[in-house]
Amino acid sequence: MTEATSARALKPWEDPNAKPFLQIRNVTKKFGAFTAVNDVSLDIYQGELFCLLGGSGCGKSTLLRMLAGFEMPTSGQILIDGEDMSGVPPHKRDTNMMFQSYALFPHMSVEKNIAYGLKRDGVPRAEIATRVTEMLSLVQLDGLAARKPHQLSGGQRQRVALARSLIKRPKLLMLDEPLGALDKKLREETQRELIKIQETLGVTFVVVTHDQEEAMTLSSRLGVMTAGQIVQIGTPHDVYEYPNTRFVADFIGSVNIFEGKIAEDADDHVVIHSGDTDSDILVSHGISGVKGQSVAVALRPEKIAIERALPESLANRLAATVDDVSYMGNLSVFHVTLPTGKQVKVSQTNRRRSDDDAIRAGEAVQIGWDGAASVVVTA
Amino acid sequence: MRRSFSLRMTAFLGFVFLYAPILSLIIFSFNASKLVTVWGGFSTKWYAALLQDQQILDAAWVSLKVALMSATIATVIGTLASYALARFGRFPARMMLSGAVTAPLVMPEVIIGLSLLLLFVALESLVGWPAGRGVDTIVIAHATFGAAYATVVLGSRMGSLDRSIEEAAQDLGARPIRVFFDVTLPALAPALISAWLLVFTISLDDLVVASFVTGPGASTLPMVIFSKVRLGVSPEVNALATLIIVSISAVILVAAWQMQKSEAQSH
Repeated sequence: MTEATSARALKPWEDPNAKPFLQIRNVTKKFGAFTAVNDVSLDIYQGELFCLLGGSGCGKSTLLRMLAGFEMPTSGQILIDGEDMSGVPPHKRDTNMMFQSYALFPHMSVEKNIAYGLKRDGVPRAEIATRVTEMLSLVQLDGLAARKPHQLSGGQRQRVALARSLIKRPKLLMLDEPLGALDKKLREETQRELIKIQETLGVTFVVVTHDQEEAMTLSSRLGVMTAGQIVQIGTPHDVYEYPNTRFVADFIGSVNIFEGKIAEDADDHVVIHSGDTDSDILVSHGISGVKGQSVAVALRPEKIAIERALPESLANRLAATVDDVSYMGNLSVFHVTLPTGKQVKVSQTNRRRSDDDAIRAGEAVQIGWDGAASVVVTA
Repeated sequence: MRRSFSLRMTAFLGFVFLYAPILSLIIFSFNASKLVTVWGGFSTKWYAALLQDQQILDAAWVSLKVALMSATIATVIGTLASYALARFGRFPARMMLSGAVTAPLVMPEVIIGLSLLLLFVALESLVGWPAGRGVDTIVIAHATFGAAYATVVLGSRMGSLDRSIEEAAQDLGARPIRVFFDVTLPALAPALISAWLLVFTISLDDLVVASFVTGPGASTLPMVIFSKVRLGVSPEVNALATLIIVSISAVILVAAWQMQKSEAQSH
């Protein structure tokens, strides 16, 4: 499958006639009195790389285990390719899973590990051999077929686990924290490789991760989960730029939240009166709310300008004092305090190697942003 | 690192305490004199006499048969019991099973022997089996309390087993019974070997339970040794004991070497 025909480019979720490949309908899972997954509904399309993103205990792994058949929903329905999966055990599903611990069989060689699924299906020996060889070269493990898992590095084990879960050409592949055990450099390389493999094979991937950066890089769409529910589904861009709740805004990336009430509500703009700022905040797009309603303005640190004096044309300008500056290499983060006592984070890319005129801690500055930079969330 | 004199002395005394009796037994098995406590020169004649003693050879054969069979049966029962305890979650009679499994570990041997004897006698009069007492009943008795030891050894390994490898096998299309043989059993292999060896040695060693449940014509090695020693310790018994020590040490060395190998593999 080439880039032009992948789900990433075709965006089947925007097409009202597209048929979802995986349908999760009102699925709830309870363990005793504890509700792990609470009335989740979700459609995933053929060829997508969908990430379920959430903190530990949010129910994302339980949802994944229900897709694989290791847990059965307490109520609700899961359909894969139009087929109801109720009561179908894992070994009778055309889905496969890559486990967080990789779960390689310690007593079998790399080759035997990868071949296991085909052997169980009674595939002829000659075909198994060619498919294993193909798979080994796809994950770049040629020459390691005879090794045992304990003779491999972490990255190599991860590839064996991936190859083993892909060899049966599953309709749907579940990956539980697939890159969680790798170090940062290796993780970034493997992310790109994983996308390449997914698009080459055209298999639908559902990935569970707690790492928001990983979810942003990997996914065609992602779902943010908390307390057993999916709070927002969308492309990485949509979820980052248009978060629908304070939780999502705060969970994905970093954000400044100004609490306030709608003071003026027009079709093309709103004015929010906030106790966090001395002057009202102008937002240059209409929102669905009524005058007087309590809302929050969410503003990303990189969307705020910081100068000793900002041009008056900027819609929102506030005086502030710099508390400290964190130098992170690629960017600097300014922690500033407004006269109301509200603390705000502002980040700027470090374009120059050194700057004698840089803003330092203790200085009085102005921060500002235009009307389109912020998002108003009501929940 | 330099070790102090007192530390080395303590270690030396410890080893003397543990090994001196065994060493003196081995030395006196080569004693030419018939008197156990008087050294009469080096000789291997007691080993030769041992091979002529039909009673001891018969008893050794009985003990070996009993130990082989009871260790095998106990390991199978122990595997199933520990699997049920570790995997089936809460099920009715779970408490009863785990209690029954550990009871033989703490119960006095005399009581185990007596209760099994009463059971065998009652069964014989009720269903006619086991007809009389002998090797069969000793095997059943040893397998019964051996299974308790096997369950404990296997249970700890089963508990530390990564469940996701079983799930992975099932996910790849293996039915649960297939998963057990393909993945669970190989992962348990080191524990299976040590459980089997443990029950094997306990069975070889047992005097009390075997004395209760045996019948005419089936005397185990410990029973023969015990009856011989009551008539005075003979150098022949020393020779026999030396042979037992040598063979058991060999088995333990092999087992330890095996364990180390598999440990390195699944680190």
